[in-house]
Amino acid sequence: MKLTERLERIDRRVIFLIIFLAVAGPLIMPIGLKIEVSEPVQIFYDAVNDLLPGSRVLVSADYDPASMPEVYPMNEALVHHLFSKDIQIIGLGLWPQGIPLNQAAMERAAQVHGKEYGKDFVNLGYKAGGIVVISALAENILQTFPADYAGRPIAELEIMKGVRNLDNIDLIVSLSAGDPGVREWIMIAQGRYRKRVSGGVTAVSAPAFYPYLNAGQLKGLIGGMKGAAEYEKLVERSGTASRGMDAQSIAHGVIIFFIVIANVFYLIGRRSRK
Amino acid sequence: MKNQVPLLITFIAGFVMVLQYFIPHWPFSDLQGLFNNWFLIIMVFAMILGIGNLLKLHLGKLQKKASGWWYSIVLITGFAIVFGAGMIWGVESGSPFDWFYFNVNLPMSSTMFALLAFFVASASYRAFRARTPEATLLLISAIIVMLSRVPLGNYVWDKLPLVGDWIMGSPNMAGQRAIMIGIALGVVSTSLRILLGIERTYLSGK
Amino acid sequence: MAGTIGTWFAALLTLFILSFLYRDNPFYKFAEYLFVGVSAAYWAVYNYYNILRPNLILPLFFHGQLVNIIPLVLGIMMIMRLAPKIGWISRWPLAFIVGTYSGYYLITYLQSNALDQVQATLMSFIEISAWREFFARPGLIAFLDAISVPLIIVGVVTGIIYFFFSREHKGVFGGFARIGIWFLMVAFGASFGYTIMARISLLIGRLFFLLHDWLRII
Repeated sequence: MKLTERLERIDRRVIFLIIFLAVAGPLIMPIGLKIEVSEPVQIFYDAVNDLLPGSRVLVSADYDPASMPEVYPMNEALVHHLFSKDIQIIGLGLWPQGIPLNQAAMERAAQVHGKEYGKDFVNLGYKAGGIVVISALAENILQTFPADYAGRPIAELEIMKGVRNLDNIDLIVSLSAGDPGVREWIMIAQGRYRKRVSGGVTAVSAPAFYPYLNAGQLKGLIGGMKGAAEYEKLVERSGTASRGMDAQSIAHGVIIFFIVIANVFYLIGRRSRK
Repeated sequence: MKNQVPLLITFIAGFVMVLQYFIPHWPFSDLQGLFNNWFLIIMVFAMILGIGNLLKLHLGKLQKKASGWWYSIVLITGFAIVFGAGMIWGVESGSPFDWFYFNVNLPMSSTMFALLAFFVASASYRAFRARTPEATLLLISAIIVMLSRVPLGNYVWDKLPLVGDWIMGSPNMAGQRAIMIGIALGVVSTSLRILLGIERTYLSGK
Repeated sequence: MAGTIGTWFAALLTLFILSFLYRDNPFYKFAEYLFVGVSAAYWAVYNYYNILRPNLILPLFFHGQLVNIIPLVLGIMMIMRLAPKIGWISRWPLAFIVGTYSGYYLITYLQSNALDQVQATLMSFIEISAWREFFARPGLIAFLDAISVPLIIVGVVTGIIYFFFSREHKGVFGGFARIGIWFLMVAFGASFGYTIMARISLLIGRLFFLLHDWLRII
């Protein structure tokens, strides 16, 4: 068998090992590559930054541990950004597994900024139904979410005083890993009730949201770990996303090399077969 | 009864939701609120059904000592422990249930999907071939986007991130919009067919 | 102490799953089945505390809102699917769910994903300011910005033409469909690139946990 043919059929565990080294190496020995901010992330940052102290932001954690490395850094950076501007956070989720992650992010940020549960932030928990939940809370939040994520009644909480429905929310941010998520928030909250919606999504779904961004239906988009790193740079926080960018760069370089070299082997093989 | 009543329910539920969009006043607004609340509750029972099915399957495997029955013990034990912890001590931060989430559920869920990185790298090497001009265009677009989306791209060519942004905001956006409009028209026609009882596949089965 | 035990337990389970890369083995299977069981329990408990208790049990049995008997009955009908002889009764609550979703999607998809998107595409074909900028300061990026709008309009129209399968893709119509394919290939390439990015990010996350939280190497 020719060398190129042998290399084309190499054991995939060799490829696994190369990828492992490409990711682990830069994590152990950081390079310090510079991160540039893209326009969609800048729009997201500006949408939050333009809010006045005392505003209310609804943060919907529509993701799960499988997408945590991409979306959780956005969650952390966002709640820090909001608390630093004395903005109240009403957390909830359309995915059950995002609730404790959002709660952890809010509690950590609350400790840093001296914020109190029930007064400066609340976690309303999860409801099943996606688009139906959004439609329900758009009319009446208390009826849809009578208790918080741990089952405690929310009617008497200070943060919920004067909050009846989406009319009392200044910005909606959905951090999502799929459906239900940003798309459903746009369809109901923005499409019907004309509320401002910003989104943080996994890289897999990010390209599909550019039409919403272009149409003005979405006020900013953070896509994947790179987007999270850009947002961390804007809010001046060094989080896990920023630390992962060197590894991301090297891994991308390795995969591009794989694609190019495999196609070179393929073309050589095709030519010799002709 | 088996088909007629469900079709009527579908029609009423669907058209109340359509009408309340255009007439957001009584009685449609009240009906919408009522149906929304019922929907949330029924969805929970759908999940209970799924979980019940799962336990029924594995308890059956255990009973019959089917192949791999000892793994079913792992599944049922894991379910029982976490379910018990949640129902007894609650789900607040710092509870045993919360501990299980962060130290059992979270690492396994994350790692399952992290495996995909290896397989996607392997697939890129072994399967991704530019056999046609269209595939070549796909490949070139993928490479430019991949390089421009990481800090390394800036060091290869300082304009690469801007080119990448342009690709995402223009040709990619155009293609995605065309797909989106196509899907939207498909969803609209399917929804209408379901509401009018023409599409009945969701009623199949005993 | 609970934190240290937790980290070690999490690391062990992570390694069990990563062992699949070498080959399928009992450690991986153990972790896989444990994951399914724990996830199912998680969903069950969260649904109880977040939905069943506040939206059904308390309003119906403690606050006297008897109208909630209807979703309770429909919910029990749903569970009847587990019993083969009367499983057909689960069609009623299923019909309610399907009907509600269909009603919502009919309007919202049309509004947000079709009409708003078409409206956003209705732009003037030639953007004078962008071309002025290009002639004032010629360059690649200025040129790309100038051709952006006509490219988007052509891309959206030809992309939609491609999806029109009721007419054979021949002649002028076929030519437009062919252009549409090119735009779709660029979109798929971008999606592929982003998918690679996503998968690598997930691996970075797990390795960061192993190296930072567990082994404390970084």
